[in-house]
Amino acid sequence: MDDFNSLYNFVSGPLVWVAFIVFICGSIYRIYRLFSLVNKKEKFIYTIMSFKYSLRSIIHWIIPFASLNWRKHPVMTVTTFLFHIGLVIMPLFLGAHVILFNDAWGISWWTLPDGLADTVTLIVITCCVVFLLRRLVLREVKYVTTPSDFVLLAIAAAPFITGFFADQQYCNYRFWLILHILSGEIVLVAIPFTRLSHMLYAVFTRAYIGSEFGNIRHARDW
Amino acid sequence: MVDSVNWDWTTGEKLVSDINEWKASYNWVEEPYASPDGEKVAAIVNTDEAEFNVCENGKAWEIEAPFEKAWCLRFSPDGRLTVIASMDSAWTVVADGEPWEESYDFVWDMRFSEDGKTIAAAAQQEGEYMMVKDGVPWENSFGFITCMALSPGGENTAATVQTVPLGQAEVFKFQKGCYTAAVNGDAWDKNFVNVWNMSFSPDGSKLAAEVRLNLYDYTIVVDGQPWEQTFGCVWEPIFHPEKGTVVSPVRTAEGWTIAEDGNIIWDSRFAQVWHQKISPDGNKLAAIVATEFGRWTVAVDGKAWGVTFGDMVTDAVFSPDSSRVACIGTENQIYKIVVDGKVWNSEFDMIWKPVFSPDSKDVIVKIEKDGKRTFALNNKIWNRMCDEVWDPVFSPDGSKILCRTVEDGKYYRRIVPVSEF
Amino acid sequence: MVLPVIKVEDKIIDDGLDKGMEKLTQDRIENVIDQVMSGETGARLKAYVETCVHCGLCSDACHAYLSRDRDPKFSPAGKVKRTMSVILKKGGKVTPAFIRDASEIASTECNACKRCAMYCPFGIDPAYIMLVVRRICHLCGVTPLYIQDTAHSHAVTQNQMWVKEDEWIDTLQWQEEDAREEMPNLRIPLDKEGADFMYSVIGPEPKFLAGLIYQAAYIFNVAGLNWTMPSFPGWDNSDMAMYTGDNEIMGRNKRFHFEAAQRLKVKRIVMGECGHAFRSVYDMGNRWLSWAMPPVPMVHAIEFYYELLTTGKIKVKEKYKKSVTLHDPCNVVRGRGLHEKARYVINELCEDFREMHPNREHNYCCNAGGGVINCGPPFKNKRVANNRVKAKQCADTGAEILITPCHNCHSGMEDIVLGYKLDMHVKFISDIMYEVMEKPEIG
Repeated sequence: MDDFNSLYNFVSGPLVWVAFIVFICGSIYRIYRLFSLVNKKEKFIYTIMSFKYSLRSIIHWIIPFASLNWRKHPVMTVTTFLFHIGLVIMPLFLGAHVILFNDAWGISWWTLPDGLADTVTLIVITCCVVFLLRRLVLREVKYVTTPSDFVLLAIAAAPFITGFFADQQYCNYRFWLILHILSGEIVLVAIPFTRLSHMLYAVFTRAYIGSEFGNIRHARDW
Repeated sequence: MVDSVNWDWTTGEKLVSDINEWKASYNWVEEPYASPDGEKVAAIVNTDEAEFNVCENGKAWEIEAPFEKAWCLRFSPDGRLTVIASMDSAWTVVADGEPWEESYDFVWDMRFSEDGKTIAAAAQQEGEYMMVKDGVPWENSFGFITCMALSPGGENTAATVQTVPLGQAEVFKFQKGCYTAAVNGDAWDKNFVNVWNMSFSPDGSKLAAEVRLNLYDYTIVVDGQPWEQTFGCVWEPIFHPEKGTVVSPVRTAEGWTIAEDGNIIWDSRFAQVWHQKISPDGNKLAAIVATEFGRWTVAVDGKAWGVTFGDMVTDAVFSPDSSRVACIGTENQIYKIVVDGKVWNSEFDMIWKPVFSPDSKDVIVKIEKDGKRTFALNNKIWNRMCDEVWDPVFSPDGSKILCRTVEDGKYYRRIVPVSEF
Repeated sequence: MVLPVIKVEDKIIDDGLDKGMEKLTQDRIENVIDQVMSGETGARLKAYVETCVHCGLCSDACHAYLSRDRDPKFSPAGKVKRTMSVILKKGGKVTPAFIRDASEIASTECNACKRCAMYCPFGIDPAYIMLVVRRICHLCGVTPLYIQDTAHSHAVTQNQMWVKEDEWIDTLQWQEEDAREEMPNLRIPLDKEGADFMYSVIGPEPKFLAGLIYQAAYIFNVAGLNWTMPSFPGWDNSDMAMYTGDNEIMGRNKRFHFEAAQRLKVKRIVMGECGHAFRSVYDMGNRWLSWAMPPVPMVHAIEFYYELLTTGKIKVKEKYKKSVTLHDPCNVVRGRGLHEKARYVINELCEDFREMHPNREHNYCCNAGGGVINCGPPFKNKRVANNRVKAKQCADTGAEILITPCHNCHSGMEDIVLGYKLDMHVKFISDIMYEVMEKPEIG
């Protein structure tokens, strides 16, 4: 029990700090490096960038089915939107998470009703299964898939699976809870240093191509 | 240089010829050209089906037979009217109605020495290429010629020539070097992958050119001898008139800059450097530069002006006393004049190369605005809007300007005091 | 309609690739890759390779993938996987044989048409990555033979077809002379300083398609325009050096081109119906020289015809009767948004215009552009086979005439029409405009 306690205290205490610091500092560093590269070697990008066309492009791609390619792949579109929505709202609006914030800093906000939270979790897990199946079954996805893609998928899915088991008090609650916290921390740490960094870069790559198409090419990019 | 002292600087206005009247005599009259002293205006005219002549001040040349074709009508700096023309299916240069003795299967790229006394052109005869100077062709001919040059004093001609024949898609043979430069028909010993943009020394004795040594390394060659240093790219070399050194823009890993005899002489690096000019006294070096991507200006001795333009900067020129530089800057397709980094507030649709007065105090340019052409002197636009004008010329004392204009189809020669602008 | 099957050779022999590979050393490869990675590429490549999640959503964008039974190695991400991903994974320690294959993939299986950039949710641009691969292959000296020869032509003559300076002028004068039979006072004004615009063409026009210069001259003369063409190098706007990765020659040629216009003091450059040349003068070559946009404005033929028709300078006598369809050239549609103007022009000129689907920005590339057709005969079967989807798209329109306002598209589509035995003829817009316009009476 003591071992569990100290382990729990460790992963939910210092490790959280470490994870957040690595996540935040790492993210800042990655974005800083991207811009320093632009300044060093691709300054012309600034002459292309346009707020209007960046936004136009982003809007067409963050709304499901607003781009042709989203419409061509309805299953993937639904899956990826549900997955990413789940990915954002669960960490921020799960009741248990908000309680932790409240305990630590005395702040709290609106939370997902428990039933809905379970549903979202299951949806996200289902989405991960769909992603996995795509990688295993679809020829064009299988061909470009590398082992790291499975690892990243596992990293992204782990907090939901472990969280779900913990929530359901499945077997050993504390075991799942510790795994859940750890897996969440792994996600945070992984974001700046793996291809999960698309969370940081996507807005810039989208804005750039949107600007290139709108500003220079006078063409749509969706 | 042409001495304008003996030109008529007193007659205020002279209607030289009414070009409208020419049109009645010919099927068509091509674009007119005015002589440097303004006394003559000329155009190629069509006299009958596939028959051409040159009309000068309303009078056609008296030639034995009309030309079958004629193009590239130009006045030489010393005022000779020259044209490239075809007679009996052979081409030659005709100056003041007199053709060169020899003719060729084709003639093009006519150019003049600074004093206008020498005329040179490129020629092709039975698939062989050479240059011709004052009617005398090179003794050697080549399978290909490009980048022709004539020394400023007219002493020598040069061009890039092909010395090794190349079959279709012989890329590896090409990469060993099949081209070099030839001076008066004598090719350099060494071949290069490419040779571009020749430049003669002021006395015509030396020749510099850009070369590519393989597909990747660029340098400058002087009289067949490459610089020791190679660069990622180079642009046109020029000779320093005093020191005899060769100065060229070069591209380094940090950016573009200027090298002299292979050694970099500017500390600053730019996104682009070209069209370098050495001041008449030999003490300053100016070039058109891009201070950063998409921003253009002029740098003098490596120091860029504060004002920059987004479209382009062209036609940079030093004043005779070497103290000033003028150029044209374009932003959003609006053309402006810049002198010493200060922009004139007038905006134009087109501007020609700025001209300094002999004392370097005044700057005048040929401009176009709303479809009309005229001049602007020191930021003031001439009140006469014309169909066409030619580059303005200052009188030797700088007090008057020769204005050659076409107004309502009539060609005028006007002498306008600077004070009247 | 059942399309015939085009057989592709298992192994394509190309001297440029094969002999280039033999000369290549391991040291050189590593130096080149280091130079490109540390010196030339930056945020874009980094962001692209680190953002791509291998989702495969770009696949449907690629005509080669769609045409080759959805073989994933032809998908945009598949081509990146076979080239850049390996280079990055191995830190540049790749073999000459790998560089040879990478060069073939980047130069002959990708047109840099950028359709995939429109299909990636992140806006990753695989075409850019392919051009970086081509740059590496150029620096390694491993490029397909025929396009390399073309790049050499650009370097020597500043045109695409080894056209000598006298041949150029002679061709213009010959076209002028021929056209005078139809319009006695017609001119092709050479070196006319201060004209409103300079007309520029690509090397193949004087070499093989001089009639196009005739047509353009005729149209401009009828419209009463003040125009000129340079007698000196810089007249050619085309650019295969851009596609071999020889950026220095690309820049040099664009400098010749724009300085020709500056020297002639024209307010703009009008170009013929070419796509890749537009890309070179509007987007790539100018930028290499630090001109953010073309220093002298550049107008593509489609846009210019649109002007001529909307201002009434050219009037249509009787619309073209045959049914026509339009192939949207990538470089002026995805590259410049001229699709609606093209439709206006075609509808003004033709009675029966039929869309192919997909169209406009979503058109399928002709598979000739991006320098692919310039890689020459060794790759022809592969090129035609890799665009079965285009043949199908054309056939489905049932049109008799296929309009392609781009030279490479034009040649590529002719190969497709022949290869798949389509019952259509390929034409430029100017062919039709010249045919249907109001012409002045002779004499």
